[in-house]
Amino acid sequence: MDSSTDRIEREILLKAPRSRVWRALSNAEEFGAWFGVALKGKTFAAGERVRGQVTYPGYEHVVFDVLIVKVEPERLLSLRWHPYAVDPSIDYSKEPTTLVEFELKEVDDGVLLRVVESGFDGIPPSRRLEAFRMNSGGWDQQMKNIEKHVSTT
Amino acid sequence: MSPRHRARLKKAPPKKTPLRNSAPVFAALGDETRLRLVAILCAGGALSIAQLTSGTEITRQAVTKHLRVLADAGLARDVKVGRERLWEFEPDRLEEARRSLDEIARQWDYALNKLKMTVESR
Repeated sequence: MDSSTDRIEREILLKAPRSRVWRALSNAEEFGAWFGVALKGKTFAAGERVRGQVTYPGYEHVVFDVLIVKVEPERLLSLRWHPYAVDPSIDYSKEPTTLVEFELKEVDDGVLLRVVESGFDGIPPSRRLEAFRMNSGGWDQQMKNIEKHVSTT
Repeated sequence: MSPRHRARLKKAPPKKTPLRNSAPVFAALGDETRLRLVAILCAGGALSIAQLTSGTEITRQAVTKHLRVLADAGLARDVKVGRERLWEFEPDRLEEARRSLDEIARQWDYALNKLKMTVESR
């Protein structure tokens, strides 16, 4: 299950103390702030389900619905969710989930954060295609927005 | 088929498996004419029905029917260029799956950039 189509891996260097990065990840409210979900008053605890309304422009109708898998302070946070669950008329609960893992590693100039989302091979191909069609365009625009934001501040 | 048998069939629909998803593809290719059409379309470019039938004995109607079968299986698609309807090979499903992953990866890039801005501010 480790094919090129099964997982997404990303690494980013964060020039901040480990405790700060961990707080941004493990504190539900802070997580929601950068991820774009309203999670005020919620907490992330292993084995618990967390839900919140997406605040991301254009996706406000989507409910962020995850199961927290592991919480290992300052080291690892993992959760499961339904990828591309953006159509409110579809019940995704019976479909397989993907696993998202945030792993922290301390390096000389900060924290190396690794994000791995895996399990896509278990998602029905028709859903993957549909999601691609629904998503493309909107996110490209958002990427341009952030580029603009970063380069002007 | 006894009514009882039918009821049972109705109650337990066949499960969708990856293999099952591929069945229409294989069925569509299990015909010499369609296999030839796929080979021609794979060579690249979009072709009209006239181009696809030139030099063959197949009628336009027959080719159209075969192309519909290929389209239903996700192997070919028609595109309108001006007033003409052309047919082309559909990129395979693996490719589609890859592209959907790229899309999600882009969303992660966006989210992680926001995280970076959050923890690095101050």
